[in-house]
This record gives sequence, C-alpha cells and structure tokens, in this order.
Amino acid sequence: MGLNASWAGELWRYRELFYFLAWRDVKVRYKQTALGVVWAVLQPLLTMVVFMVLFGKIAQISTGETPPALFYYVGLVPWIYFSGTIGMCANSLVSNVNLITKVYFPRVIIPASVALSGIVDFLIAAVFIGGFMIYYGIVPNGQLFLLPFLIVLLFALTYGLGMFLAALTAQFRDVKYATPFFVQLGMFVSPIIYPPSFISEKYRFWLGLNPLTGIIDSFRAAIIPSQPVEWNLLALSIVVTAVIVVVGTMYFNKVERTLADVI
Amino acid sequence: MAYAVLVDNVSKQFRLGKAEQYGMLREALISGAKRLFLGKTRKEDILLALSNISFEIKVGEVVGLIGRNGAGKSTLLKVLSRISSPTSGRVIVNGRVASLLEVGTGFHEELTGRENVYLNGSILGMAKKEVEAKFDAIVDFAGVERFIDTPIKRYSTGMRLRLGFAVAAHLDPEVLLVDEVLAVGDAGFQKKCLNTMEDLRSGGRTVIFVSHNMAAVENLCTRCIWIDGGRVREDGDSRTVIQSYMATFADLQQATSDLSAITARHGSGEARYTSIELLNKERLSQPVTRSGDRLVVRLHYDANKAIPHPDFMLRFHSEMGTLITETGTWHHGIDILEVPQGKGYVDLEIDNLTLMPASYYISVMIGGVGGIVYDHVEHCVKLQIEGSSDIYRSSRVTDSRYGIVYFPQRWHLGQLRHSALD
Repeated sequence: MGLNASWAGELWRYRELFYFLAWRDVKVRYKQTALGVVWAVLQPLLTMVVFMVLFGKIAQISTGETPPALFYYVGLVPWIYFSGTIGMCANSLVSNVNLITKVYFPRVIIPASVALSGIVDFLIAAVFIGGFMIYYGIVPNGQLFLLPFLIVLLFALTYGLGMFLAALTAQFRDVKYATPFFVQLGMFVSPIIYPPSFISEKYRFWLGLNPLTGIIDSFRAAIIPSQPVEWNLLALSIVVTAVIVVVGTMYFNKVERTLADVI
Repeated sequence: MAYAVLVDNVSKQFRLGKAEQYGMLREALISGAKRLFLGKTRKEDILLALSNISFEIKVGEVVGLIGRNGAGKSTLLKVLSRISSPTSGRVIVNGRVASLLEVGTGFHEELTGRENVYLNGSILGMAKKEVEAKFDAIVDFAGVERFIDTPIKRYSTGMRLRLGFAVAAHLDPEVLLVDEVLAVGDAGFQKKCLNTMEDLRSGGRTVIFVSHNMAAVENLCTRCIWIDGGRVREDGDSRTVIQSYMATFADLQQATSDLSAITARHGSGEARYTSIELLNKERLSQPVTRSGDRLVVRLHYDANKAIPHPDFMLRFHSEMGTLITETGTWHHGIDILEVPQGKGYVDLEIDNLTLMPASYYISVMIGGVGGIVYDHVEHCVKLQIEGSSDIYRSSRVTDSRYGIVYFPQRWHLGQLRHSALD
C-alpha cells in the first residue's frame, strides 16, 4: 500500500483502535503489578541514586552547574521511556500475532500504540520533576515551552525506530535478542551520565548524531533556566528523527504486505 | 446490480523451504552475501495456494465456500479480508467488511468482560459509540450479565465463546466473512450461530461462509463456490455444487469396493468376495448414504467350484470396532442349496438404515456346512453415513453425539400443549 492520501485517511479512520490498544497495554500493565504507579517513579529515582554514588562521588564526573540529582533524574526520565518502550515496540508485532493473522487494520497501529502506552509512565515520572524543582528552588523560564515539543519529538523517535525494529523482528527473530544489547550501549553514547560538554569538541558532532543527545540535553535546558539550549544539537536531533521516521515508515509498509504470511 | 465483492484473477503463492526459514537475520545476511559473491541461485519451492480465482458476488448474496481441507478456502478468506495480499490479481470489496475468522480475537485475560467487549468491538471495526449503544444487547445475547465486570480469566470456555460471538453478532457490516466459527462450541452455541447467520441473511447483508457443515451451508446459502486445489472447481446453485462435492468425497469412501486384490483375509478360498457395491433401491450406485436411507449392499463373489449350502454374512462395526449388527442368510432362515462354480452376486436390502451419521466399517464372510469358512474379510469397506434432517420428521439434523443407532418412533404427550419449535 502506497504512502498517500488514502493511507493517511485509513489511519485516521482507525484512530480509535490506536487509543484502545494503547489503553489496553496500560491497563494490563497496571493490573498485573502491585507497585504500579510507584514503579514509574521508582525506576528513574533508584537509577539516579546509583549514578550519584557511582559517577558523581566515585568517578567524579562533573554535571556542570546543575545539582547531580536533578541532572540525572531529568536525563533518565526520557531515557527510561525510550529504552523501555523501544524493546516493547520491537516485539509488538510478534506478541500481537493473533490480531495480525485474524483481523485487518493498518498494522502500523500496533507499534504506535505501544509507543503511546509508554507515555503514561513517562508523564508520571515527569510530574515528579516538579518536586525536584521545588526542592532546589528552581523557577523555569521561557525555555519550558520547549517541553511539549520535545515530548512529541521523543515520541516520534521512539515510534519511528520502534516501527523499523518491529518490522525487522517480525521477520527475523534474533533481532529481539540484539535490541536490548544495543539499547544498553545507547545509554553510554547519550548525555545521561555526563553533559555534552564532557565530550571534546572534535567528537561532539558524532554524539549529536544520536538523536537522543539533543532531546535529553534540551529536556534539561527546558527545566533548568540557567542551562542554555544547544540549538544545533536540537536541530541535529530533529533531522535524524525525521530520517528515522521516514525510513521506518517505508520499511514497515514494505514488510506489511507479507506480514501475515511470514510472522 | 452492484457487486459487493469482486475477485479478479487472484493468485497467491507461498515460498516454502529454505526461503521461508530466514527466521534469523544472520542467516539472511549470509545467504545474501553468498548470492552476491557466488551468484548462487536459490532453488525455491513455491506453493500456489490460490490460482487464477475469479468470481463476483452481488449485494445481499449469501455464498458458501466449500472444499477439502487445504484447498485454499481460508487463504482466500484472508485475502478477501485484506489480512493477506494476493501475489497477483485484485480484490475489490464494496462496503464495510467484518471478518469472523475466530471468536474473541484480542481478548485479554486480565481485562474484565466489559473492557474486552469494547476492545474486541474496536478490533472488529466498531466505533466506541456503537459498542456503547449495543452494549446491553451484547451482554444479554451472551448471557454473562452477572460476570461482566469480572476478568475473563475467570470465565469458562463457553462463556468466552458466547461473549466473543455476541460482539461479532452485533457487527453491522455490509459484507461478512465467516470461517468455520461454527466448528467450536456446544449445540446451544452452534444453534445461536446459525440463527445469527439467518438474521444476517434476511437483513440483506452479503455473507461469505466457509464451512464443512454441508447441512448448514445448504440451509443458509443460495450459491456455493467449490474451491479445489486453489482453483474454482464449481460455482453455482448450492444443492448442485454440494452434491458434486459430496460425490467426490464419497468416492474415497469407495461406493464400489474392489475386494479381489485384498490379501489380508482368512478362509479356504474356494469362494471369495470380489467386490461390494453400495446401491439405492433402484439398484443404482449411491454415492451418498444418509441416516434412514434404503440401502442395498451388493456382494459380488467368485466360486472356483460349486459350494453346497453356503452362508453369506455381513457385519457393521463402529469406527472404534464395536460390532453393531451382524446379519446373514442364515439369520434369515434361508438355506441356499448350492452356489455353482463361477461369478455371481447377492443383494442385502436394508429398508431403513437406522444409524447415526458417522463412519462405519463392514466385514464380510462366506461360511458353509460344519462351520467352514470360505472367505472372511474384515473391515474391508468404509461406509460414511451422512446426516439427515428427516429421521424424526423434524428439521433437526442428527449427528453422532446422539448415539450410534436410532429407532423409528414418535412421542405421545397426552394433554400437554405443544407446538413445533421451528
């Protein structure tokens, strides 16, 4: 099926199913866990504590002017969304095989709904940032308005890459074992443990090619008024994300044709 | 008149063998590299699941899709539902399509019945508002009102089926594709399914119905398409197509069985059965035998010398081997004086084959004076008895759940008021 007006029209017609599938994922996840909502906050918090001890005190990596706790937490919230959701997206087609082989709807809704379902946990953890800001007495400035845009950008990146991986995993099962490994590596090439300034100028461009760099750094800048927005990093993020979304969509559409047969 | 479904020269192929086994990325990469550097051509095994299928279905037609297992019916349904794309050709469907390939698609154990109804409804293509409006009717149809807010992991299989079907039954599509959903569930459930299909038909919807239940297909569908080996073998009036289909089916059951070649037999061999024919009252070949039929079993024999006082005998066994009945010329008090040398045949005429639909085996024997056995062939013929709605003069179709035999009978109800149920 070609990428054209009728394709877009079809997606619109199935928008309710998109929400329903996302709602289903969220509901099921919360019904099955005892900690539920708490875990959404606990994950970044605990990781933050470990980082503070390990990288702050022991390795002594400076986080610039920002207090370490805030630095790590604000970086971790989008990262945890991305790393957690991307794995689920990659596996989404395989785990929904019963839907794919029995009912018709645009398949792209499956990874998209998974990407959307992760936003709930993300928002809960993000709200907690407010607590940090009060504690450190930080009053945000106009940069805060970048936040909604950054959330959309983060979602687009996760969805674009997730779509690509989902199509790949549906055909080649061993991809699902490789994905967590690469995601793990991703944490080190993103400015979560360290600020971008930690990397020397020479290599900063390569760091910037990772779309998460611009996103995470801009997240911090949005919250913390004293940190300036690195516009070129953000611009790089936007471009790379756009490329990923386009490539992901094209590949997915190509695979969709024979999906029910190979899955 | 406008068409609801147009299938134009559709073919679908699957790649078998090595090509399909690229479950691993590294294998695909290695193979790709091999092809690039060594120029190896892949020898592909191609399965042509559908071959140049063309037909047109008008709005409001109820069409049955029949065929043997593996003929391509389910593949065709998948192509019609857009779950699978055709390798060549095109499919055009006018109007909203709902596919019932399975009941309860997308049900999640942890969610309540209510939540699952909304989810399943959305998956099947209903808008949330539509589900809301029909919610009470759906729950009522399924009969699970008390448990609607319990997670379905607590439901019995029957409840799950009923709920899934209830949602599907309230779909309001222009075109409905149904794949053998009737094969699951108890008698009550199957009856509900059939009634729903009836309602759909009288509502002017276009229905395509895949089933092995010939009685249901004949009842519901005016037109039948027979798919055989991925092609359309016959397309026309239900009765005619079903009869042709059943005829080939019965051939396998061997309406005429050649026994001369069988070596697994006992007996002295001076007289032997050469073949058995299943005929109707007019002594013509009967490809389909139904409960309650008149059946003539013609036993052909060959005696290589004259046989004094022979006995021809026959046994019916159930599929499990249980002896159902044994009959022979001796049982009827007949004393055949002699069978001359050479070939001949005898007929056993059964007035009323009071057996339920199932598979049966026939064993045959020729005995003689002093208990001598000339020929004894066990389980040499398989008799497939089909259902009939006529045995109790009701429209209820019989089947093997109700036993092995039935008796000609009627009920007397005294003063109790009654009417026919349908």
